[in-house]
Amino acid sequence: MQLIRNPRDFYAGLLFVAFGIAALVIAQSYPVGTASRMGPGYFPRILGILLVALGALQSLIGMRGRAGFPLQWHWRPLFILLASVALFILLTSWLGLIVAALVLVFIASAASAEFRWREALIAGAVQGVAAATLFVYALGLPLPVWPPFFGG
Amino acid sequence: MELFDNLLLGLSIAVTPVNLLYAFVGCVVGTLIGVLPGIGPVATIAMLLPITYGLEPVTALIMLAGIYYGASYGGSTTAILVNLPGEMSSVITVLDGHQMARQGRAGAALCVAALGSFLAGTVATMVIAAFAPPLAELALKFDAAEYFSLMVLGLVSAIALAHGSVLKAVLMTILGLLLGMVGTDVNSGMARFTFDRPELIDGIGFVAMTMGLFAFAEIAVNLERTAGPGVIADRISSLWITWKEFKQSFPAALRGTAVGTMLGILPGGGATLSAFASYTLEKKLAKDPSRFGRGAIEGVAGPESANNAGAQISFVPMLTLGIPSNAVMALMVGALIIHDIQPGPQIMTKTPELFWGLIASMWVGNAILVILNLPLIGLWVKLLSVPYRILYPLILLCCSIGAFSANNNMFDVWVAIGFGFLGYIFLKLGCEPAPLLLGYILGPMLEENLRRALVLSRGDYTVFFTRPISATMLLMALGLLILMIMPTIRAKRETVFQES
Repeated sequence: MQLIRNPRDFYAGLLFVAFGIAALVIAQSYPVGTASRMGPGYFPRILGILLVALGALQSLIGMRGRAGFPLQWHWRPLFILLASVALFILLTSWLGLIVAALVLVFIASAASAEFRWREALIAGAVQGVAAATLFVYALGLPLPVWPPFFGG
Repeated sequence: MELFDNLLLGLSIAVTPVNLLYAFVGCVVGTLIGVLPGIGPVATIAMLLPITYGLEPVTALIMLAGIYYGASYGGSTTAILVNLPGEMSSVITVLDGHQMARQGRAGAALCVAALGSFLAGTVATMVIAAFAPPLAELALKFDAAEYFSLMVLGLVSAIALAHGSVLKAVLMTILGLLLGMVGTDVNSGMARFTFDRPELIDGIGFVAMTMGLFAFAEIAVNLERTAGPGVIADRISSLWITWKEFKQSFPAALRGTAVGTMLGILPGGGATLSAFASYTLEKKLAKDPSRFGRGAIEGVAGPESANNAGAQISFVPMLTLGIPSNAVMALMVGALIIHDIQPGPQIMTKTPELFWGLIASMWVGNAILVILNLPLIGLWVKLLSVPYRILYPLILLCCSIGAFSANNNMFDVWVAIGFGFLGYIFLKLGCEPAPLLLGYILGPMLEENLRRALVLSRGDYTVFFTRPISATMLLMALGLLILMIMPTIRAKRETVFQES
């Protein structure tokens, strides 16, 4: 017999238990107080205990309950997307919004199975200029548009 | 009549050029994202929230509300023409609406959907105007204990009506409450869960969190499905409906409006649930239920009216009690707080122009939507031919800049990345993100009221059960929880959501 019958339920439970334990550990240093004079640690501790208890119950259901679909992770698109945003953050202050937006759009496009590099490049350039026009020039966001060494 | 005075005050505010312009912008943006599958009102409103900082609060809310109900209009267009719901609330419209389109009656279906929604919007505006003031008056008598119990009831009913597993929704809500604790504790001034980051002193960036959970994670999940929507409808012949169709659909639209008005007030209810309930009702009432699923016009008129009525009525608990009933309303509360307006019953007395202006603008907005939708339908349909591979990088870029603009800080964009990662895991594990957002918004309020109630009762927990209104609400919450755990109800609830 399988040990974990419904991996979705089982791992979801574990995740919440982990969050609960983390909250309890961090909140350890916060004064609890009493019910009539609650300290900053009172309510977080209740929530942390609830998360651990109910999360454990959820995991138990995942082991004993009805069988579910196996879990399938597709990390590649997610990581490409998140990496493109991370690069955007790092590049904006260094090379300006237009270049950073182009990089974001180009790399994010690569997450799709229908990636076409020429199309993505053009889309990135257009969106970079549009974003600078709309967000910086029209709405006044404090972001550099051009690389600083261009004198922009 | 006070009712008409109030509505007139509201109308005078809603039709000022600036407010009219932003209502129009909201409706256009709402229709746009409603038509496009893969981006919903939650992510859009979060994205545009920072842009509204410079506006008057009422103008900002008018625009954001326009996005919300505009999306439900746009969503039905996609449902009818492409056999794909643009929004959750139009899932049910796909069944009969697309069948009608296949039989060459797309025009009639679109017309009924738009007019039914307009009818529902008009009635809902009247109902809000009539019932919101007494509700707010009642709420003014509430003390901390009542507020605490009301919030518990709100959270429990949001859980009851969420999709998927009840226990997971409970866990997501609790985690949301905990995330709401991040930042400075108002009573002791102590920084909680901030990891010594100055950016977290005011709490986790609300916009950034929503972006990560609702936009980044959604895109990642969408990219896993290889086949995108490819079917584009044929030309639309006539937008007019026949007399016979009118006679069939008018009573259905009225019934749908009634259903939406009643269910919309429930926390967690709103548009989607109303549409489902209305469809079930129409099927039960029909002389020949077998027509449903094969292009019955009542199956479009009823749910489309219901989802619009439900969407609008769900503003009532938010505006009168300060309690959001769904993720969009949670964002609205966020918008109010950003504009330094404390959500709750005092909104109506302290800032009547905001309250009535928003209500009246909904009616104005519905009229704009009818004008916008019927003649311009061809334009919206063209939008559907933009492939997703072009669209999602654009959404990602707008969200990244949007997350930055909330506090003009790149830290928030990192937060969005973090929540994008977490959100993907949640979606994969079958955990809906909406309850987390509700918990996050209600967390600080819940803690504050619990604390105040217990200070007044000197630490005696029975205070929640000795005060009658509070006890009633807690018992209702308990009853709901028991109902959900009972096996027969659980099976029924699952089949209802299975149909989507």
